[in-house]
Amino acid sequence: MTDARTSGSTAVTAPGSTATSPALLEIEGLTSSYGPVRALDGVSLSAEAGRITAVLGANGAGKTTLLRTVSGLVRCSAGRVTLGGEDITTAPVEAMVGKGMAHVPEGRGVIAELTVDENLRVGSLFRGKVGRDEYDRIYDLFPRIAERRDQPAHVLSGGERQMLVIGRALIAKPRILLLDEPSLGLAPRIVAQIFGLLRHLVDTEGLSVLLVEQNARSALSVADVGVVLNLGRVVVTDSARTLMGDEDLRHAYLGF
Amino acid sequence: MQQFVNVTLTGLTEGMVYAAFALALVLIWRSTRIVNFAQGSMAAATAFIALALIQSGWSYWAALVVALVSGFVLGAVIERVVVRRVEGGPELNAVIVTLGLFVAIQAGIAIVFGSSFQSFPTPFGLQGFQVGDNRIAFTPTSLYVIVAVLITMGLLVALFRFTRVGLAMRASAFGQEVARLLGVRVGRMLTLGWGLAAVVGSLAGLLIAGGEFIYPAYMDSLIVFGFVAAVLGGLDSPIGAVVGGLILGLALSYVSGYVPRGSALVNVSALVILMVVLLVRPGGLFASSTARRA
Repeated sequence: MTDARTSGSTAVTAPGSTATSPALLEIEGLTSSYGPVRALDGVSLSAEAGRITAVLGANGAGKTTLLRTVSGLVRCSAGRVTLGGEDITTAPVEAMVGKGMAHVPEGRGVIAELTVDENLRVGSLFRGKVGRDEYDRIYDLFPRIAERRDQPAHVLSGGERQMLVIGRALIAKPRILLLDEPSLGLAPRIVAQIFGLLRHLVDTEGLSVLLVEQNARSALSVADVGVVLNLGRVVVTDSARTLMGDEDLRHAYLGF
Repeated sequence: MQQFVNVTLTGLTEGMVYAAFALALVLIWRSTRIVNFAQGSMAAATAFIALALIQSGWSYWAALVVALVSGFVLGAVIERVVVRRVEGGPELNAVIVTLGLFVAIQAGIAIVFGSSFQSFPTPFGLQGFQVGDNRIAFTPTSLYVIVAVLITMGLLVALFRFTRVGLAMRASAFGQEVARLLGVRVGRMLTLGWGLAAVVGSLAGLLIAGGEFIYPAYMDSLIVFGFVAAVLGGLDSPIGAVVGGLILGLALSYVSGYVPRGSALVNVSALVILMVVLLVRPGGLFASSTARRA
């Protein structure tokens, strides 16, 4: 927790250059398959503390598989994942959040049968008793879900669901947040609001984010570093600003 | 009038047992999407354990506690050792496994305890209460059945609503993957869920046995009634299971009380009700399918 905070505010190494200390999340040569289909083929990337790292690419590029393999939902056949120097490649899924990694899966993952408040409480279960002020802090970040805290989660709109699942991940006090397509199906205004909030948390609280997005333009506008995946391989890793300026690359892989 | 009161009270009492049994089926269905056909055999096994203890001089209450605890252990062990292997797989596999368990456990009971009819005691009287000049068909044992089921339901509601374990169990039931990502030990919660469901099923088995004869297959008709009650309520809904159980208990009681030779028609009536529900409202009376979108 604390080291994530401090490193977030210290020197910013230029993306692409060799960092002096290993990044918060290091992924090396990760390979995994669904049956005969190799979805990830030796993917290496690192997400540094206090940064937003965006993984971009077309549908089927392996973005979702990457997050699912990192959090252990899919077992890798080769490669290594370390979080804060600890090897978590084979750690059970249930243990990841305790190690400081919160994965918000694709499709928003609210538990529709539970109320908004119960959804948040599930996010803090593993920590034992959590003070009311921590819930209040999440509700302060997302006033729209605060109004509906006692309603079942299935009444929420798409944007509200995304806010709830991000809030539910934040109450776990993660060192790094893994977000899978948070912009999917949301109005641009809501996307801007959510991304703006992520940026704010990264800048002020030293949160780190590994963001998977098909919506490359929005993602690059908020990210520090971009990693472009194509057919399960990393094509390019560079600063978000450089990627934004590279018209050929944008046309070839990012579709804008 | 007196007959109506009697038939209704009998229906409510039996309905409470069906409700408890249906509740056990629903608890398992909504967490693991498996219809536990072995529920009846499991409950029968615990009733025979209780009976063996009572026959060797234990008090009814001590034997009841041991039976419920052994029900919990049985349910948890079966989930962990047998059912875990078919969870999330093809539905037919799970059906075959629980049907296999149903037969195997029943055979096990016959091997260990014999297959003859044995009378099962009840801690309360079987003679109806006196109301005015009439003796109604509502006995102290009926009252005990209703109170025991109500207390159990109250405890379950409190567990699921107000405790952290209950919240973790509900999260595991409704969103397995999300719950795992949030650090909930889903496997443990499913084991616990099966254990609790087996306790409730076991209680239903012990209550219906009170003052009756038991034999290894004595729970077979209760499986049918419990299943109908659960489907009536929508399989997913605990409240639906309870209401379904009460409706079924009353309906069957009216059939047996008012239809000529109705007692022979009870089993058929249950199946007719099941068919009508499936035709008219396939989702059950309390279907929560609209809530299951996420």
